Amino acid sequence: MRVLVIEDDATLREYLAKGLREAGHAVDVAGDGKDGLFLATTESYAVIVLDRMLPGIDGMTILRTLRASENDVPVLVLSALGDVDARVEGLKAGGDDYLTKPFAFSELLARLEVLGRRRGINAAIATDLSVSDLHMDLLARQVTRAGRNIELQPREFSLLEMLLRHVDQVVTRTMLLEQVWGYHFDPQTNVIDVHISRLRTKIDKGFSVPLLHTVRGAGYAIRTPVA
Amino acid sequence: MATKTALLRTSTFRFALLYAAVFATSVLLLLVFLYWATAGYMARQADATIDAEIEGLAEQYRREGLERLSEVIAERIARDPGGKSVYLFAGADYRALAGNMNAWPKADVDAQGWLEFSLNASDGVRRARARAFVLGRGLRLLVGRDVQELRDVGALILTALVWGFALMLATASVAGIALSRRVLRRIDAINATSAEIMAGDLGRRIPISARADDFDQLAGNLNHMLDEIERLMRSVKQVSDNVAHDLRTPLTRLRTRLEALATHVHKDAPASELASAALEDADQLLAAFSALLRIARLESGNLQLVAEALDVSALARDAYDLYEAIAESRGLRLRLRLDGTSSVLGDRDLLFQALGNLLENALKFTPSGGEVSIETRSRSGVVELSVIDDGPGIAASERGRVMERFYRADASRSTPGQGLGLSLVSAIAQHHNARVALFDNAPGLTATISIPAFTTTA
Repeated sequence: MRVLVIEDDATLREYLAKGLREAGHAVDVAGDGKDGLFLATTESYAVIVLDRMLPGIDGMTILRTLRASENDVPVLVLSALGDVDARVEGLKAGGDDYLTKPFAFSELLARLEVLGRRRGINAAIATDLSVSDLHMDLLARQVTRAGRNIELQPREFSLLEMLLRHVDQVVTRTMLLEQVWGYHFDPQTNVIDVHISRLRTKIDKGFSVPLLHTVRGAGYAIRTPVA
Repeated sequence: MATKTALLRTSTFRFALLYAAVFATSVLLLLVFLYWATAGYMARQADATIDAEIEGLAEQYRREGLERLSEVIAERIARDPGGKSVYLFAGADYRALAGNMNAWPKADVDAQGWLEFSLNASDGVRRARARAFVLGRGLRLLVGRDVQELRDVGALILTALVWGFALMLATASVAGIALSRRVLRRIDAINATSAEIMAGDLGRRIPISARADDFDQLAGNLNHMLDEIERLMRSVKQVSDNVAHDLRTPLTRLRTRLEALATHVHKDAPASELASAALEDADQLLAAFSALLRIARLESGNLQLVAEALDVSALARDAYDLYEAIAESRGLRLRLRLDGTSSVLGDRDLLFQALGNLLENALKFTPSGGEVSIETRSRSGVVELSVIDDGPGIAASERGRVMERFYRADASRSTPGQGLGLSLVSAIAQHHNARVALFDNAPGLTATISIPAFTTTA
């Protein structure tokens, strides 16, 4: 997909551009607010990466300007100020996601892909989700694989639901904490990993094809098995 | 923080009280002296007169005998028409021989030979004071004076002095209280402004009156100190923001390059391992840096509290839900004990972070087979959120220090971590006007965050 990166730090800008291109995306870059706003308004992008602190026009102003002109392109805001009030402000100004520097590239990539593809899946209306022989009925709150009923606790259900909604996309641990548990915080222990391995035991163990994969250095994904 | 000092506990009131006591004592001494000098003097004079008379009469008797004495007494009585003096010359059987009294008074003589008795005069009962003198051969002489008037005047003087004293005492007390209150009002004004300033309103200053007295000087000095504090706090905020921007950029770049390096050398096993390890170290460094910045911003009060009404029990339940899996994987039992619903005003993510840090510590240090429990309790306007474990606990001597930045208790030095977890909990608590306390669970540790409850007056 087409991505615009507006970042004044040259090293970071080039690094992001290179990484995103290697991941298969078409990337445009801008080194300051003016160029960034110009590109954002004249070209069409699937998602924009916007640094908060920019010379010239600052990030929040660009964001507000875009939103005011009814441009609802998904925007991921980057910032060095990672405190709660800044985050809330960034999201209120119209940002769709917020990452604090420094971040793992894989985290950025995972979130970008989720933001970029948001249009495609009309997630709210789906009543069931499935991948290969794994089937989740959202209304009846039931999960089956190869016809066998799988007992899941409510939290495990939500976890699987999120992974299924982002099938073939990487979901990071932070994203899981935010969306399944609803908290934005830094755990020092691998709390998420343990929940994932429990889930994996229930849905993958004893079946021929593993669906739940660990993406090293990034997070987890449920992938459609290659035939 | 005390907003109004009790009047009775102020130093000015105590001082006023002390001053009044000293004043009262000296006035009392003065009045006693006055009384002695006036009424006392008059009494002494009267007694001296009686003494002189009796001496004189006794001398007459000795020189010129009984008849002459009777004559002299009669003369003196004649010369004293007002009836102020009393004379009685009696025989051994107390029968009156001469004088202006009918009978010897029924009164006891005191050690000095004085006696007091009542006279029935034409205008009522009057008091008299007299001296008795034994002349020899059983003959007695009594000379005295009507002291009723004396007594009346004395009583009048005493009454006046007592009233005067009472009045003075009342005036002194009233003046003392009024004075103390004036001073107190000024001190209260200073205290009130200080409280507001410390609650966050750094721009306020203590008002100074036009008098330019010592209180104003104090206020002036305090205001200068406040100017300095405000300046320092602003510079702290600037420094921490600058540090955030300036240091994070090179650190981010460091991490970015390490990440790039890791991907480039992933085929070369030893190099790949080194790169991964370096990346982990960089992440640890950044995590510590991030935590420090958060703590600093929380403590300096620069962070605006994103406050909403929160149900602490729901928070505890979510934490239980999240950490239950990892507890089980380590062979620990995680329990949840909730006491009703308890609402507080706070930042959801920050409080969850604090609870998470406490839980992670408990899970880290409690050996397999142990138990960790999350408890909420609501009592008298405070909501208590506790994490209780039965692990090795923290030694009493270290419990006070364990919340300092980078402090690691001796027992925990070998475990991973930098010693910032509890500092962050402490900073978050402070930000919520809450208290963190550590107790011995015998065995183990109880960590409790006490947050003021949020009640809506519906």
